[in-house]
Amino acid sequence: MTTRHHLPGFLTGDRGGLVLLTLVLGAALLVPAGNLLLAESHPLHVPTYLVGLLGKYLAFALLALAVDLIWGFAGILSLGHGAFFALGGYAMGMYLMRQIGARGVYGHPVLPDFMVFLDWQQLPWYWYGFDLFPVALLMVFLVPGALALVFGWFAFRSRVSGVYLSIITQAMTYALLLAFFRNDMGFGGNNGLTDFKDLLGFDLQADATRAALFSATALALAGGYLLCRFITASKLGRVLRAIRDAESRTRFLGYRVEHYKLFVFVVSAMLAGLAGALYVPQVGIINPGEFSPANSIEIIIWVAVGGRGTLFGAVLGALLVNYGKTWFTGALPEAWLYLLGGLFIGVTLFLPRGVVGLLVGRRRDLEGSP
Amino acid sequence: MTTAAHRPDDTILYLDAISVSFDGFKALDGLSFYVRRGELRAIIGPNGAGKTTMMDVVTGKTHPDIGQVIFADRVDLTRLDEARIANLGIGRKFQKPTVFETQTVFDNLELALAGDRGLWAALFFRLDPAQRQRIDQVLETVRLTDHRHRLAGHLSHGQKQWLEIGMLLMQNPQLLLVDEPVAGMTDEETQRTAQMLKEIARSRSVVVVEHDMAFVKSLDCRVTVLHEGAVLAEGSLATIQANERVIEVYLGR
Ligand SMILES: Nc1ncnc2c1ncn2[C@@H]1O[C@H](COP(=O)(O)OP(=O)(O)OP(=O)(O)O)[C@@H](O)[C@H]1O
Ligand SMILES: [Mg+2]
Repeated sequence: MTTRHHLPGFLTGDRGGLVLLTLVLGAALLVPAGNLLLAESHPLHVPTYLVGLLGKYLAFALLALAVDLIWGFAGILSLGHGAFFALGGYAMGMYLMRQIGARGVYGHPVLPDFMVFLDWQQLPWYWYGFDLFPVALLMVFLVPGALALVFGWFAFRSRVSGVYLSIITQAMTYALLLAFFRNDMGFGGNNGLTDFKDLLGFDLQADATRAALFSATALALAGGYLLCRFITASKLGRVLRAIRDAESRTRFLGYRVEHYKLFVFVVSAMLAGLAGALYVPQVGIINPGEFSPANSIEIIIWVAVGGRGTLFGAVLGALLVNYGKTWFTGALPEAWLYLLGGLFIGVTLFLPRGVVGLLVGRRRDLEGSP
Repeated sequence: MTTAAHRPDDTILYLDAISVSFDGFKALDGLSFYVRRGELRAIIGPNGAGKTTMMDVVTGKTHPDIGQVIFADRVDLTRLDEARIANLGIGRKFQKPTVFETQTVFDNLELALAGDRGLWAALFFRLDPAQRQRIDQVLETVRLTDHRHRLAGHLSHGQKQWLEIGMLLMQNPQLLLVDEPVAGMTDEETQRTAQMLKEIARSRSVVVVEHDMAFVKSLDCRVTVLHEGAVLAEGSLATIQANERVIEVYLGR
């Protein structure tokens, strides 16, 4: 306790978070080193496929963190967060498409292949600017953030909460799924955006680029954690928990509940967008399937498995479940969905505080229910 | 119907012909009364008389069909929302104790502490020594000093009621509405609560709804009797208890 005085206040006593930050930042250095510096024959060599896989897990972990911020702390059960992730992914995908330039199959200098195929003559206005990385990066935050702002404004102002909010978030992501499936939306229809070549001039197939993407994802996860922790450890975080536990009491204390909810909802959507943007170059594709309602539900399962309302638990849950998914879809592909469902029911019934609850026991400093 | 229209100048709260109906049923039916600055007022009435609904109307939870609620001689509360009304200086204690169960007693009081309720103020909030002292003071008043670091959810029923009263004090409201504060309390706790409310009423107006007659008696204040959404009688407890109509509908059940 006393040795931690050099830490910023919001990290004091956050043991789980410190372990997480150490591991994630350590991985940001060691995984690329193990991939690039060690010979393939070396026992600690990290193969390139694993770098990509771990990078994908970390992007999911950031997404889980975003969901825990609103669900674990403010009680907002969004079943549509996959939509914000996908929008961030599409913003990045649009940049990567424009980077292809004339190297596409049809060799058109400006239009992506799918637009040439659809016989389009010019770029739709909403594709302008995506050839510039800073603009695309801004959109990664701005598009999910703006959708969350508008959606949240209407939902929270009319006091939609609980199951009803969950249902309309599902409807939102489903509507986007249908929209993005349409060819005339200009996002590549059901094929989505793919065949990316490079990012900021670096070849996406090169080991060094993949290693750098992994590190960037790890850093984003660490940064996301610090931001969420800063928010939740502040008085604003205590107001959020007050809203979660007794919303109308909080109103009678004079807090504008809808402003607080809107704030975290937008922050969370932006983090989800960033996660999507980091995910897309590592998996090489973004398609409308990312909007599917089932994806959004899966995120909730990650958070529930790890331990809702603890932040680092969400990260842990995302890593565990996705590792399990990789393993099972290899070994027993048909069984995975049943297993996932069973896992969720099991955790809800027997481990209300998730794996973190198991690890930490009944310690008081966790924010879960007493 | 009542004489509330001739209200004195030092009125803090004035309800003027308030009616509220739920699906055709009139929970409040032309309810009018006023409370003076610094007054302690007890409200009694049989179950379903409309006491809680009256508080809902004053605090913005329910908007009346007709009528006005004038606060501090200026503002009509009936068009404002809960947060606005709370920030004008009206605090409320619910019938069922509602504290933030997963947070400590201290944090509950800190959340209620009067001050800027905005997002940025909350994000960068730091407790200053004067505020800390104020919390200590209130902990003392509601007898929870030894429990400051416990989770509110682990308190006894009576302690939760006190914590909620403490939270109201932290808000430093001009007017306090307290709904059935001693329901489920032991006799000793009840007496202590009456003491607390009388202390609190020294520096602000307090309206207390209660069924417990012994408690109302120990408050030693003006009493308003509600019945079917309107005022049936008003006066000292002794006059009320002697009132024929009150005996008929309420005391002599
Ligand atoms: N939201 C609502 N919808 C429908 N009816 C309601 C609603 N709130 C209150 N009522 C009805 O209005 C009447 C007055 O209720 P209220 O809660 O104000 O009574 P009360 O005087 O506080 O009673 P108690 O002593 O039991 O607390 C009751 O008949 C109740 O059933
Ligand atoms: Mg009542």
